[in-house]
Amino acid sequence: MHLSPPLTQQPSPSQTLNPQRLNVQDGHPQLPDNDSNTQAVKITLNQVDFYYGDRQALFKINIDIIKNQVTSFIGPSGCGKSTLLRCLNRLNDLIEGARVEGTMLLDGVDINGPDVDITDLRTRVGMVFQKSNPFPKSIYENVAYGPRLHGIRNRGQLDQIVEEGIKGAGLWDEVKDRLQASALGLSGGQQQRLCIARSLAVKPDVLLMDEPCSALDPVATAKIEELLFSLKQDLTVVIVTHNMQQAARVSDWTAFMYLGELVELGLTKQLFTTPSKKQTEDYITGRFG
Amino acid sequence: MRSPFKKFLASGNVFIWGCAAGVSVSLLMVFGLLLLIIINGLGYFWTSDIVELTLKDKQRVMGQLAGREVIPRSVTPERPDGKGRLRVKIGNRDLYGLDFKWVNDDQIVSQTYPTDVVLLERREWGNMYARIQAVYKGETLQAEGNEGGWIALAPLIGATNALHQQITRIENIEIGAINADIEGARLKIRAFEMGASPDTRERGRIDNLKAQVAAAESRYQAKTIELETLRAQFDEYSVLMVDANGREKQIPVGQIIRALRPNEMGLLHKSWTYLSNVWSVLSTEPREANTEGGIFPAIFGTVLMVIIMSLAVVPFGVLAALYLREYAKQGAMVRLVRIAVNNLAGVPSIVFGVFGLGFFIYAIGGTLDQLFFPERLPTPTFGTGGILWASLTLALLTVPVVIVATEEGLAAVPREFREGSLALGATKLETMLKVVIPCALPGILTGLILAMARAAGEVAPLMLTGVVKLAPSLPVDSSWPFFHFDRKFMHLGFHIYDVGFQSPNVEAAKPMVYITTLILITVVVLLNFTAIILRNHLRKKYAGAVL
Repeated sequence: MHLSPPLTQQPSPSQTLNPQRLNVQDGHPQLPDNDSNTQAVKITLNQVDFYYGDRQALFKINIDIIKNQVTSFIGPSGCGKSTLLRCLNRLNDLIEGARVEGTMLLDGVDINGPDVDITDLRTRVGMVFQKSNPFPKSIYENVAYGPRLHGIRNRGQLDQIVEEGIKGAGLWDEVKDRLQASALGLSGGQQQRLCIARSLAVKPDVLLMDEPCSALDPVATAKIEELLFSLKQDLTVVIVTHNMQQAARVSDWTAFMYLGELVELGLTKQLFTTPSKKQTEDYITGRFG
Repeated sequence: MRSPFKKFLASGNVFIWGCAAGVSVSLLMVFGLLLLIIINGLGYFWTSDIVELTLKDKQRVMGQLAGREVIPRSVTPERPDGKGRLRVKIGNRDLYGLDFKWVNDDQIVSQTYPTDVVLLERREWGNMYARIQAVYKGETLQAEGNEGGWIALAPLIGATNALHQQITRIENIEIGAINADIEGARLKIRAFEMGASPDTRERGRIDNLKAQVAAAESRYQAKTIELETLRAQFDEYSVLMVDANGREKQIPVGQIIRALRPNEMGLLHKSWTYLSNVWSVLSTEPREANTEGGIFPAIFGTVLMVIIMSLAVVPFGVLAALYLREYAKQGAMVRLVRIAVNNLAGVPSIVFGVFGLGFFIYAIGGTLDQLFFPERLPTPTFGTGGILWASLTLALLTVPVVIVATEEGLAAVPREFREGSLALGATKLETMLKVVIPCALPGILTGLILAMARAAGEVAPLMLTGVVKLAPSLPVDSSWPFFHFDRKFMHLGFHIYDVGFQSPNVEAAKPMVYITTLILITVVVLLNFTAIILRNHLRKKYAGAVL
């Protein structure tokens, strides 16, 4: 079942929802955790190439990312999965000489389009990084940072947003008594959940997670994985991970990337049990990578 | 198999010893220098006993011992080694012309510490070491003899010191205010006269102003008369002193600041005198071509100059660094600018002084004068050296330090912070202001600390841009608009140069040089310490963020 058959030479002509592609289910009509109604596509990439200067990092990526589901990207280091993720909120714009070709649609609108406000885009597409990066401010100020940027000054409103954000990240019970304490005093896992709370506070549609658990111990990892299940009620989550077990545990869809190409995309269960490509099978069985 | 010697070399022990030796030598030099300054500086405040030496030729020498040395062979080659001589501070400059005298050991017959010798600290001519013969009021004898005179003198000195304060206050504050009024009115009249032919209304105003001037001048006359009566009281009493060899000298009591008998003072009394000496140096104005009295105006000028410099250099340097590091396209041009900035730090400071004189004083100051103070010309207001121009010149001198340190601070802010902020929808400017600059603040402050240390010690550029040997008034005072940044100022570094090397009486001024050096170092250390405490506070706040 390939949503967007990897490496096919037929990009979708349509710039909006592409129901045909969703229906290419190869005898697996059932989407996981999902009966019928939310099979909308949130993000569509069409023939996306990405270059760092002269070096091409992504080759002709075609993929649809489904709304309110968790899509994970796996693959060996340097395969371009982080690059792809950072294309989605245009964080790669910061890199000198970076260049993207092809179309990337968020809700049908080209995110690289000339009239897209990059700060709006980044507000809608939040991001959690590999290394937890709370600002050297209090816990409260970390979460209030985003709302303040967007002009919320009212103390009561801020308090509410902060509380919702921290609760959404499952951190409330641990920090509710010390919101004014420095965020740097939290443990690694708490810091990472604070970063999630910080992202949630600006109410994004999509949450990008770049190996969010790679620096955490198994307990903290489990908490964040648990969190993902609740997050996808409201959000579309795209997660990059090195850890195949993690991808298998948390995601509805899994994409395998290798050397800048999207090798295979499929329902997680399927991709890990009956991959259609040899490369995927070799990778997930540990024969290389 | 390596030879043992090679093994020993490879072990790195020699290298470690070398490093340790380098550090030790540096520390020794620093502490040696500090020790020299501290001993010589702090010794000045101590009132040592007065010695009376009787020489072989029946002459007597009285004064405070100031040192002892082995006579250099070149002076008297026939003498054997080990012969010494004493350096005695004999004071009484009005009688002898010199403050110090060398006395060879072998000329001394006896050495005593008579308790009745009096040390007079005077407003002019330096210290006097003598005995009191009599106290007069005008021509009439008030008290006679050493003891009687000593008892009579004490209250008189207290009274004249109070009078002196009163006279200074009238001269500086009251007459100063009257003079400022007269000058202000005169400038207004001048401004009216410089305009087109005045109409009746303006003529009325000019007459009004002229009346104000006349009134102020009559007030001035009244004050002058008041001053004359005070001065007459001031010189009413006099004391007849006699030196070791019987030479007499009559001194008006008004000339005396303090009379002491060091030989009969106990340790406690001497300690108290020590503290009051320290305080008077810190709080009073200089006397006697800066060789005596305090250095308060120089301390004030130095601190104020450093503060103005800091206020100018930080925004300037931080903005430059922000542009270079965050906004400019990194390339050959930026590298070139960076090299230029670094080289700017190596330009001799006198060159900055010349630039400050040409650019700030003549170009900017001259223009300001023509635009805003035309009535004062040809007397310049901002078109001459002043504390503002000196501070700005130093800011220019130290801006490379701030730029380099700020750039390093900015570079040390982790990329994750910037990305975290941008990913929340912040613009680059918001990210700068809210995340990057706060995190770079410790680095910026490091730059400021280095800049302050350098600026406080610079003298050469100041000599061209507004420092003076003796400033009549401080750059901040009680007359409107309170801050007079056009005024010239005194500076500790220049004070050292002036007192130590331009003074007519270098030997007498030597302790003053040590004290001024000590205080300059203390001021620099205190200023830096404040900045360091602030920086450590910020570091703690952003702990784990930077460095």
